[in-house]
Amino acid sequence: MTQELLYWQALNRALDVEMAADESVFVLGEDVGLYGGSYRVTEGLYAKYGEARVRDTPISENSFTGLGVGAAMVGTRPVVEIMTINFAMLALDSIVNGAAKIPFMSGGQFPMPLVIRVPGGVARQLAAQHAQRLESMFMNVPGLRVAVPSTPQDAYWQLRQAIASDEPVVLLEHEVLYFTKGPVDTMAQPPPMHQAAIRRPGKDLTLIGYSRTALQAQEAAAELAKEGIEAEVIDLRSLNPIDWKTLSGSVNKTHRALVIEEDCRHAGAGAEIAASLAERCFFSLDAPVQRVAGLDIPTPYNGALEAASIPRVADIVAAARALLGPREKAAA
Amino acid sequence: MEREKMHRLLRDMMLSRIFEERAAEEYQKGNIVGFLHLYPGEEAVAAGVINATGPSDYIVSTYREHAHALVRGVPPRTVMAELFGRATGMSGGMGGSMHMFDRERRFMGGYGIVGETYPIAIGIGYAIALRSLPESVICFFGDGAVNQGTFHESLNMAALWRLPVLFVCENNHYAIGTDIHRHSAVPEVYKRAAAYNIPAEKIDGMDVLKVYEAARHALDRIRRAGGPQFLEFETYRYRGHSMADAGAYRPAVEVKAWAAIDPLTIGAREIEFHYPTPAELAEVGPDNIARLTEHMISVGHLEAQEVAQIRKEVEAVVEDAVQFSLASAQPTMDEAWRHLNCNRRHEQLLPA
Repeated sequence: MTQELLYWQALNRALDVEMAADESVFVLGEDVGLYGGSYRVTEGLYAKYGEARVRDTPISENSFTGLGVGAAMVGTRPVVEIMTINFAMLALDSIVNGAAKIPFMSGGQFPMPLVIRVPGGVARQLAAQHAQRLESMFMNVPGLRVAVPSTPQDAYWQLRQAIASDEPVVLLEHEVLYFTKGPVDTMAQPPPMHQAAIRRPGKDLTLIGYSRTALQAQEAAAELAKEGIEAEVIDLRSLNPIDWKTLSGSVNKTHRALVIEEDCRHAGAGAEIAASLAERCFFSLDAPVQRVAGLDIPTPYNGALEAASIPRVADIVAAARALLGPREKAAA
Repeated sequence: MEREKMHRLLRDMMLSRIFEERAAEEYQKGNIVGFLHLYPGEEAVAAGVINATGPSDYIVSTYREHAHALVRGVPPRTVMAELFGRATGMSGGMGGSMHMFDRERRFMGGYGIVGETYPIAIGIGYAIALRSLPESVICFFGDGAVNQGTFHESLNMAALWRLPVLFVCENNHYAIGTDIHRHSAVPEVYKRAAAYNIPAEKIDGMDVLKVYEAARHALDRIRRAGGPQFLEFETYRYRGHSMADAGAYRPAVEVKAWAAIDPLTIGAREIEFHYPTPAELAEVGPDNIARLTEHMISVGHLEAQEVAQIRKEVEAVVEDAVQFSLASAQPTMDEAWRHLNCNRRHEQLLPA
């Protein structure tokens, strides 16, 4: 059954379905209950499932995330909401030293069916402490899974899959996407949680994005099409693991790749993707893998400067043209 | 207390002491490497508290957790094999001294980050409460750990939601090398629990009978009335913080004074310890083990000559554990990957 849903509604629906199906699923976080969640993701669940399963917590990120870790060790399936990724810095011990390590250092005795939902990204003039991406920090931690849905359909699928998974999953939700709309088919069989999606086929170059930048890549591809450039757009959907098979398949076909990330350029997701594609596809690449990334600067409050600090569609179009070089441009 | 129980406590304490002293020897031989934090001096706390628990209770421990595991009933072989990093160890050789887990015995791990364990303990407590089960969680931590933010965050949530957690402070008076008077504005740790309306008591942690009774009553209160309880046990470690620490910052007079009330001593007096030496012990009087053996003899539950017999048995158990570890296989990298991906539902990450 397909419906048009907002991104937050799709997440809300996913939580509802999983909570109804399995009593061991519970959600906790700041203002997730009575208030309904800062981005409405948990709206209505408190009334339906009660306060024990939709738990409003004190402002104690490290401890309520760690509470999720302990509860997951004994077979419940907690979904922790950290109000924004910026506050997740306070919970890094529970996430990195706890959730990611326990399955391993217990010699496989304790799987970790824990989901950590974190809104993040640059929204609208929230300033440096409330406008970070930080996904590269989580990507670098073995044992953590990092999912980055860009559409309501993926938000629905990937949250459900994360809850069903016995591994700790960090679900990065982009604050700008909560009120985007799209079709959600609740009956369809989802692709594997970590599989990348080809959003638009093309032959001239591969645009690689995730979360919000996957949508920007599609806009850029539409622009480029007007000039006769056929860009293939890949939405990664997952940053750990990364679906290298889909990526190298595309790059071996187009011979050129451009990674678009909102996170800072230095040591970001793009660096990992560019390096790995160079290793995997060196002989089929016609040019070095390029990146369009956030500037290495804390996000400015000023609106114009904020916009200039992260990738814009025009930046992607320009980088794609540059990557193709003068010959292709002339041909177009 | 009945004879059986007292013998159990004595045996657990002697096993803990002798196991740890042997671990120190194996460390010096190079069979154990990395960080090794030993427990001698604190045995009465592990033995008293864990013997008061039931099999359905959970234990969340620290990085000084070998004795906790032993008292919980984990075979000494698998504890020692974990120290040796072997595949037969409690955690398959992946965790080592600081990360021992035993799912079957609800031994929920040793953790190397000070203060990390309170949230894990309240999480287990939360899951128990969610399912309305008659179980409790024991959360061990040291005096050094009470200055972490998670202490306050977690005690608050435990009290707020009336979680079945017994907070157990093993106050050995040192945060690694810093004396409690130099690390805590309020050195009476139990008083801090009052800030969250958690009932708390301070108990002599060198007297295993007092420890046992206090833990038993606290667990009873949790089962009857719900909500957390807090116990502070004053104790002392005879060794440094870890094998890398000789403990030179501690005044000799202080070490001696605590050796005087070693929970183990009299019976174990002939055993050669590094901290303190038998000569030193003889000078200052009974330790924590000695206090128990003296008491047991006085109430007719123990014959003086039995002590040597128990010690001999325990030494044989520890020797067997060492031989078992030496003979055990090293884990393979394949096993390491399997432990990382211990996904019970066998989810396929990506299509093959």
